[in-house]
Amino acid sequence: MKIRRAQQFVKYSDQPVMLKLKRGQLAALSIAAVVIIVGVPLWWRTTETYRAWLPVSQIKELAKLQLHLSADVEVVFARGTVTPEQQKKVPLTQTQNMEHRVDEDTALSYRYETRYRTATIMEEDALNQPTAAEADLSLHTLSESPSGSLVVYVIPESSSLLPQNVDVYIGQRRTALLRIGSQMRVGKTLEQLLAHMEPRIKQVLHVMSFSHTDITAALSNRVRISPGNKESIADSMRAFKSSPGYEITFSLLNPDPKSHRLHWDIEGAVETYIQPLLTKLSPVANFSIDSQTLYYAMLGVNPRFDSSRSTYTLNADSLAHVINPVEARLGSNAASSNPVLNFLLYIPDAHHSPLYIHDHKKQQVPTNAFHSPRWGGIMIIRQCWVYNVNEFYEVDTVFPVDINIDMAKVMGVFLAQLRLLLGVQSSTPPPGFLVAPCGNAGLADWELDRLMWSRSVENIATATTTITSLAQLLDQIGNIVINDNIAQQVSSAVTSLQLAVSELEAGNLGFALQYSKEAILSSERAFFDPSLLHLLYFPDDQKFAIYIPLFLPMCVPILLSLLKIVSEARQKHREKKPKKD
Amino acid sequence: YVRGIFKNLHGWFINCLRYLFCCFQDRAGQFFSSGHTNNWAVLVCTSRFWFNYRHVANTLSVYRSVKRLGIPDSHIVLMLADDMACNHRNPKPATVFSHKNMELNVYGDDVEVDYRGYEVTVENFLRILTGRLPPSTPRSKRLLSDDRSNILIYLTGHGGNGFLKFQDSEEISNVELADAFEQMWQKRRYNELLFIIDTCQGASMYERFYSPNLMALASSQVGEDSLSHQPDLAIGVHLMDRYTFYLLEFLEDIHPASKTNMNDLFKVCPKSQCVSTPGHRTDLFLRDPGSVLITDFFGSVRKVELTMETINLTDPIEQLESAESGELQKEMHTYADQLPVSEIIHQKPKQKDWHPPDGFILGLWTLILLVFFQTYGVKHLKHIF
Repeated sequence: MKIRRAQQFVKYSDQPVMLKLKRGQLAALSIAAVVIIVGVPLWWRTTETYRAWLPVSQIKELAKLQLHLSADVEVVFARGTVTPEQQKKVPLTQTQNMEHRVDEDTALSYRYETRYRTATIMEEDALNQPTAAEADLSLHTLSESPSGSLVVYVIPESSSLLPQNVDVYIGQRRTALLRIGSQMRVGKTLEQLLAHMEPRIKQVLHVMSFSHTDITAALSNRVRISPGNKESIADSMRAFKSSPGYEITFSLLNPDPKSHRLHWDIEGAVETYIQPLLTKLSPVANFSIDSQTLYYAMLGVNPRFDSSRSTYTLNADSLAHVINPVEARLGSNAASSNPVLNFLLYIPDAHHSPLYIHDHKKQQVPTNAFHSPRWGGIMIIRQCWVYNVNEFYEVDTVFPVDINIDMAKVMGVFLAQLRLLLGVQSSTPPPGFLVAPCGNAGLADWELDRLMWSRSVENIATATTTITSLAQLLDQIGNIVINDNIAQQVSSAVTSLQLAVSELEAGNLGFALQYSKEAILSSERAFFDPSLLHLLYFPDDQKFAIYIPLFLPMCVPILLSLLKIVSEARQKHREKKPKKD
Repeated sequence: YVRGIFKNLHGWFINCLRYLFCCFQDRAGQFFSSGHTNNWAVLVCTSRFWFNYRHVANTLSVYRSVKRLGIPDSHIVLMLADDMACNHRNPKPATVFSHKNMELNVYGDDVEVDYRGYEVTVENFLRILTGRLPPSTPRSKRLLSDDRSNILIYLTGHGGNGFLKFQDSEEISNVELADAFEQMWQKRRYNELLFIIDTCQGASMYERFYSPNLMALASSQVGEDSLSHQPDLAIGVHLMDRYTFYLLEFLEDIHPASKTNMNDLFKVCPKSQCVSTPGHRTDLFLRDPGSVLITDFFGSVRKVELTMETINLTDPIEQLESAESGELQKEMHTYADQLPVSEIIHQKPKQKDWHPPDGFILGLWTLILLVFFQTYGVKHLKHIF
């Protein structure tokens, strides 16, 4: 009985050695198999980061930016400018192409499609008006040129529309009047006439349509160009960068409420004077306006008394220190991150009245205002623009004195500053040019076109840079999670960019600007998405420090047993060999 | 002989050019010497606890100088990891002193702290720099710089070789910082950037920078410790670090119109005063440091142009049509519930990511050990259990 029971439970250590060894080998091999076949893929999948698919090839294509800008120009010959045989060859269409390579990734090409034709009867009537401004107005009522196009009316020498020394008149809309000399007309072919007119027309195009300097300045986000001259540096620093919205704040500074009680009809003034400009600029950006009055806001700089004119003066050099003390009190709308333009109107206190700004040559500045690039403008009220105030207060004046401010003059200056700050370049036109004043909207149509050209190019350049640097960043850092919404934003940005570039090539300025704005919005949203934070930087030694305590204790027995198996197999093989012999 | 004449002519020509250039620059004024139109400052104190009083005092003294020289609060992002002024152990509440004998209260009356206490984290700092903040972040907590902004970044706290400690629980490495600056450069979020760090082994933090237009200063080299300046017996802690103490002394002499340049800043706190060797890095900076004014980064001197044009407006102001007699427009307003308690109570708990249960690793080890001993012999198990 005892022997049987003992036989039933054979101790493990008594089992034959070969069986034990085989079982051991099998165990080690199966563990190794499980680790490799199941464990390693499981670890790989669970530590993988989710990266949605991005259209990388299309982004690479966009990195090489090829912009084609095209403008339609119509040149209309009025009666008396072409001879009958020249007239036979008209209507005529010419295309001019200019290529520029800005840097290795960016190329620009400009195309001007010029159509030559003769004037219709109605246009002739319009050109018979007494002054150029009226001619411009009646020409505009005849036909509306689309965004981005130009019409140049060529008028004969005998026409009385333009004064003597002026050859070109640039209107408020998209028309220009060009006067040619009569001696050039007789006995020449049409080609020679066109060749003679070409430098003038080029000048007109340079002023009214896109110019190479403007477009390359708009590309500054993408290309670090060393600017040509100091003027262009100042221009590029002054205007705000393209943004989907801007906030405009009008502030009235009253340092001396005891002496002055100020009345300004800001709502009406904004509605009448500023709103038309902003409505005209609505394709470019959204604007929000607010206004405030600040009491006891000092300038921070002491004005000097100028006894020769018995006024107080502020030097141009001390103006730079005026802004900082005031800015701390201005405040801004906390809800949006749009750039803010501040326009301040300062009424000097009774002891420092009247106050004028002097330039470097000690001359009074006619507008009595100054502006700071990318910030806004400050204006000091002039005595003549204020009703109900005497130059010198009489002894028995009852304080506080009621002051009504002439908003038309004030808004005139603010509007000029607003134009400059928004990037409506007003460079000096070439000699012989007369530019019409911009009218009540504050912006001529061709100025709007120029702004739209440069904004579209700027938006496209910025969006392509953003998308390519985002793609590069995501490529370099393999640990960042790319969510679906980011991939979707990137795809929509790429689509909008491609559409914008093609619309620009076709010459549809409005659509190009709209698509470029959408591209900018999507690309910025994708780039600045809060989930893209690169906090996943692991130096290599940290990676080892994490994985070694997990995997080393497991791997050491497996490796050792595998090695043992291999050495035993080799031993067996060696033992077998002599047997074979 | 000819060569001599040529050399003379050459020298004369160069001098002429230099003179013309200087003339032109003076006339053009400050407008073109630096390409910036606005200034920003990001001042960070990364350590908490009462005995790190000096780090808060460091940051507040730089904040005070920067405000005095003109940068407004809207352009300063101030991050303080702990509140020393209202700390229970502060014998003089609502003050943070920087000089022994309580000479200078850098807390003042007008401090705007944008990130306080536990909001000062590596993540928030990187979010501010790169701009990747959630849309609900208010303006005062954002760095809204553009391509014409000069930014001053000042970090202080405890650091080591290649890292800076935040809040005693996490750290930012120099590679992350360099990458953040590169992302800022890609998006053109700065024109020029001055980086000052006052920690132990501070120079290691700027070793890895590779973006253009960066200038960096540190209070000590790799392997050196930055030391604190002086303890105050009444308050009981060290009040300032040496480098920032002498930096503050240097900045107190600067006023908004001063022409001191960066070369003077590099000389602040030599080894005799600081015990550690301050370092600086200018190889990534395009302009010559001698031509960079202190106020280009620490102050905010605005460029100004006189407005020469005006637009002639002739229309009279339209009188806005006011609402018809007495009938006030009544709009229905609803009170926006700030704390929707009912929603919070009935909210389902958020789905957390699945983590393996605790002790999983331990269990795995036990299993492996058991298999090992099963394979090679049970007798070894007796020694363990």
